[in-house]
Amino acid sequence: MPDFRTSSVARYAVQYGILVAVSVTTVFPLVWMIGTSLKSAGDPVMSFLPDHPTMSNFARAIEGTSFTRYYINSIIIAVVSTFGQLLTSSMAGFAFARLNFPGRDKIFFAYLATMMIPGAVTMVPLFMIMTAGPEYLNILLGTGMFTEKQYFLNEYYAGRALGIDSYFTIIVPHFFSPFGVFLMRQFFLTIPKEMDEAASIDGCSTFQIYFHVILPMSKPALGALSIFVFMGTWGEFLWPLIMTNSDAMKNLPVGIASFMGEHSTDWPLIMAASTMMMIPMVCVFIAFQKFFVSGIQTGAVKG
Amino acid sequence: MNPKLKRYLTAYAFLLPNGVGFMLFMLLPILVSFGLAFTDCQMLKPNIRFIGFGNFINLLGFYHDSAGWHANDPDFWYYLYNTIFLMIGIPISMAASLGMAILLNQKLKGIVLFRTLFYLPHICSGIAIFMVWRMMYHADVGIINTILGWLDIQGPDWLNSITWAKPALIIMGVWGAAGGNNMIIYLAALKGVPESLFEAADIDGASAWQKFRYVTWPQLAPATFFIFTMSIIGGFQGGFNMAYIMTQGGPSGSTTTIGYYIFNMAYDGELLLGYGSAIAWVLFVLVMGATILNWKCGKSGENDYA
Repeated sequence: MPDFRTSSVARYAVQYGILVAVSVTTVFPLVWMIGTSLKSAGDPVMSFLPDHPTMSNFARAIEGTSFTRYYINSIIIAVVSTFGQLLTSSMAGFAFARLNFPGRDKIFFAYLATMMIPGAVTMVPLFMIMTAGPEYLNILLGTGMFTEKQYFLNEYYAGRALGIDSYFTIIVPHFFSPFGVFLMRQFFLTIPKEMDEAASIDGCSTFQIYFHVILPMSKPALGALSIFVFMGTWGEFLWPLIMTNSDAMKNLPVGIASFMGEHSTDWPLIMAASTMMMIPMVCVFIAFQKFFVSGIQTGAVKG
Repeated sequence: MNPKLKRYLTAYAFLLPNGVGFMLFMLLPILVSFGLAFTDCQMLKPNIRFIGFGNFINLLGFYHDSAGWHANDPDFWYYLYNTIFLMIGIPISMAASLGMAILLNQKLKGIVLFRTLFYLPHICSGIAIFMVWRMMYHADVGIINTILGWLDIQGPDWLNSITWAKPALIIMGVWGAAGGNNMIIYLAALKGVPESLFEAADIDGASAWQKFRYVTWPQLAPATFFIFTMSIIGGFQGGFNMAYIMTQGGPSGSTTTIGYYIFNMAYDGELLLGYGSAIAWVLFVLVMGATILNWKCGKSGENDYA
């Protein structure tokens, strides 16, 4: 008869061994990135960890490039997009899930149908409208206000009002994703109708029901959607790439991509910038892990 | 006011913020894009001519001469081939996702830590991680060829080789996707398999592989179907960000996908908005066709989970 305790120890060793081996594979490039970001000029490129670790690459990225500006832009874009989409999606989702109005199901079907259309289809005309539109408006109305340069506190360049190099152009299309509306509606449908009815008998208006009953009960869905939108806009590349010309309006991905040309072999600098770009994502993930998992499952199972 | 009318107006007020944006940024662009696909519209060129199916004929058509049949736009077919080739990564990463989900489905201490470590590549995916892989794939100083060198293998110049650029992108894609959302979906599905099925299999003396093959795998069919469908939809549209950073679509166009081709046509160089729109609509038809086919196959299979 085999020794029960020994065999279970061996089993644990195998189980943990496999888990650790897979983890090493998934984490390795990230460790490599951080290792490279800490290298000083004399360290060999190939070595795994730096001989003389230094934070100077981080300082060089922050001081020697527009990195700080890219960072600020990315934060503005991700935060405003997330709040905008949460607001409009939850309101529309509430209308579809809880209110009656003529054409409701037809309009909802239109939302669902557009979810199947690739982003590439809508991006070409959006690019055209957003670049040429403000110029035409200027000519039409004999003004320059639509592409006027904006300054924050009369000092910091804040892009143009509309068109190329404008926060409006980069951010506002994110407010209206059909997926967000769909996700919110599906979640609201799982909240018992008795909640609304009770609040209604207590004299709550429709808006109060939305704001004081439905939203507080929807934290998991709101949390999941926030994470999706934040992650999506933080890493977004193509739309900001085609809609920005000036260095000051680039977001992090576009900015870091532009390092490629200027500092093509300065790997420690690029890796320091990449490390700093990932830090917020990792923090958001660790803080909201619960929402991540439930959100993905809501999207998959109920969607 | 009529209470019914008031209720309707309230409802429309809730819909309005999203509805207006939906019309301006989704419906209107879809209509404009459909119109553009039938024109020779080019940015900065004043006259727009309606050219019927001209763009589609230039894109998809063939012509005949003494040397035989030729595509009007051979690039498109090459890029379509590249796009489909890169989708080889889908079954590989699905298998990896399932394997990782099975590992995480064990009752062990500290499993949440491993879940986080498995999920990290997905969180970090994007431009920054493509930069890291670009460095790792470097022919002389990259870690991958260094490791191959220890095994006495002369590694290729991954990203500058027509043969190896696509596999390099597939490997990176699998690394980024395996531990991502698909793993989480599989993990949820695994937790949903009733314990009684395994007990019954145990009584029948089933081996571990038989339990997986005849109990777990059929129970996972809805999750597999969902993941596969979504991956195919994403696969047809994807590839731009990755290729733009890693290879700029090269060498010799060998990593240019359809998504990248739209970028080259519509936003770069000549700014051919009409032609770019036509490619985008062809992409739409491809995505729809693949989804419907997938759906039909799912239905006719042994499980009607579709």
